[in-house]
Amino acid sequence: MTGRLPSRSTILLVLLVLALFGLPWVVGRYPIYLAMQILILAVFSLGFNLLFGYTGLLSFGQAGFFAVGAYGCAKILLAVPNLFLGIAGGVVLAGVAALLLGMLSVRHTRIYFSMLTLAFGMMIFSIAWKWRDFTGGDDGLVGIPRAPLEIPGLLSISVATMERYYYVVLVLSLLAILAMYRLVRSPLGLTLQAIRDSETRAAFAGVPVRKYRLVAFTIAGIYAGLAGALLPPLENTVTPPIAHWSTSAEPVLATLLGGVHAFAGPIVGAFLFFIIKDIIVRFTEYWLIWFGVIVVALVMGFPGGVMSIFAKRRT
Amino acid sequence: MSELLRIEGAGKRFGDFVAVNGVTLSIPAGRLTAIIGPNGAGKTTLINLVTGALLPDFGAIHLKGEAVTRLAVHHRIRKGLSRSFQIMNIFARLSVLQNILVPVFARRGRAGIPFHGMERETEAVAEARQILQEIGLRDQENLPAGALSHGDQRLLELGIAVAPVPELCFLDEPSSGLTPVERSRVSGLIRKLSAERRTTFVIVEHDMDVVFSLAEWIVVMNRGQVLAEGPPAEIRENRAVREVYLGEELST
Repeated sequence: MTGRLPSRSTILLVLLVLALFGLPWVVGRYPIYLAMQILILAVFSLGFNLLFGYTGLLSFGQAGFFAVGAYGCAKILLAVPNLFLGIAGGVVLAGVAALLLGMLSVRHTRIYFSMLTLAFGMMIFSIAWKWRDFTGGDDGLVGIPRAPLEIPGLLSISVATMERYYYVVLVLSLLAILAMYRLVRSPLGLTLQAIRDSETRAAFAGVPVRKYRLVAFTIAGIYAGLAGALLPPLENTVTPPIAHWSTSAEPVLATLLGGVHAFAGPIVGAFLFFIIKDIIVRFTEYWLIWFGVIVVALVMGFPGGVMSIFAKRRT
Repeated sequence: MSELLRIEGAGKRFGDFVAVNGVTLSIPAGRLTAIIGPNGAGKTTLINLVTGALLPDFGAIHLKGEAVTRLAVHHRIRKGLSRSFQIMNIFARLSVLQNILVPVFARRGRAGIPFHGMERETEAVAEARQILQEIGLRDQENLPAGALSHGDQRLLELGIAVAPVPELCFLDEPSSGLTPVERSRVSGLIRKLSAERRTTFVIVEHDMDVVFSLAEWIVVMNRGQVLAEGPPAEIRENRAVREVYLGEELST
């Protein structure tokens, strides 16, 4: 590197990451729990926005892959108490599910794609709901252990406390964010954005459009799967509502709140999503109504999301 | 001259309307060909059939002796076909440089590289800059393509069309909507690229000044069929062609 001084935003970013690592020393259990929820939704939404903001495909079925990650991780942890295996297993299963359903979904675009993904998502929901023997039906799966990170014969790190598990979520989320940051600036990221801007032009530039749509869909599924797999060790249970289409709406709302066209949009949106929700539920149980009002107001006032406010100031 | 493209009785129906009705045409390598004809003659549909935007209802298309009639678009691009569009078609939110990088990455098989920044692909970036230099947009490489003037967007489209290093490149009305100055810039560029690169251009054009100043061979289409073809001087004298154009545009 040359002797370039780090920019102000780099310094802010480093401070933010340090603060996130220091969080368990400063705050109690509830804020830590909330921080994990935010990180999980941030990862979920980043994957969603690779499809939406970067490739131009609006998926309403991401909860399906979130649930595959969550149920996959839970089933593995109930059989083999090893967190590495549980999370990796959940991610791989979600990726495979996204690859298979993606082959059928990416043949279509726009509203047809959105409706197909909605249908596939609800199919996964009904499997979670009806397949009692495997998923526990409406009771879900209970007693999922916060198993240790273990490589047999080499190491075994207990992450049983909330604080320790927080670091698992934090490190994996940061790695996922970093990987996505590199991806959107890579040739692959450019190819996806070209497909978003003009599918026909991309095809005539020599890009196999359907193949790269499938790549984006699978990566989004992997991110949904990672987010889902991080949930069961935190909650110790998994229930069918996480596969419901209303869960698919969460990354959509978070991304719209934060901003579709900014890399950090989904992350900022995930933060706002839980903070706004957390404040509203103190006043009313009908939080979703008020939340809806806020989202509508924000989207109408700042179509580019909260991040567009900063972007405008900068220029 | 060796034959680059052969269209054999190709046709396309839209409902009862036959847009292209059994066109047979041979395009040899290295001859700048213009396809002209009144509106609705089937020129753009013919390009769509050849480049794969539409599949023909009958007939066959051979590129370098190989049948490509039903081949997917991106495979045809890899085999050496390319095109620009009548209606502006660029990547509006990408930068000017990135617009050219998309086809360059695709041709080099680098379009799916996920883990490092696109600027690290130094060979591809240098190649894209070279193309920008040729089309005269090097100074604007960091602008969003959507912010360019109409004329510059047309030039950029030309750049995207030649970036796959095609052997055969179709340009659909490259000068439409341009000012006279921009028009002569575009036709100058086509002439230059045609001379310097190993690309055979086929242009569909309404502007007769552009057609007669560029083309070495002219194909006249009318009602979905080839009415006449030949060198410009011959076409200018052709009776049937004059009738189609009511003797106006060709008399100049």
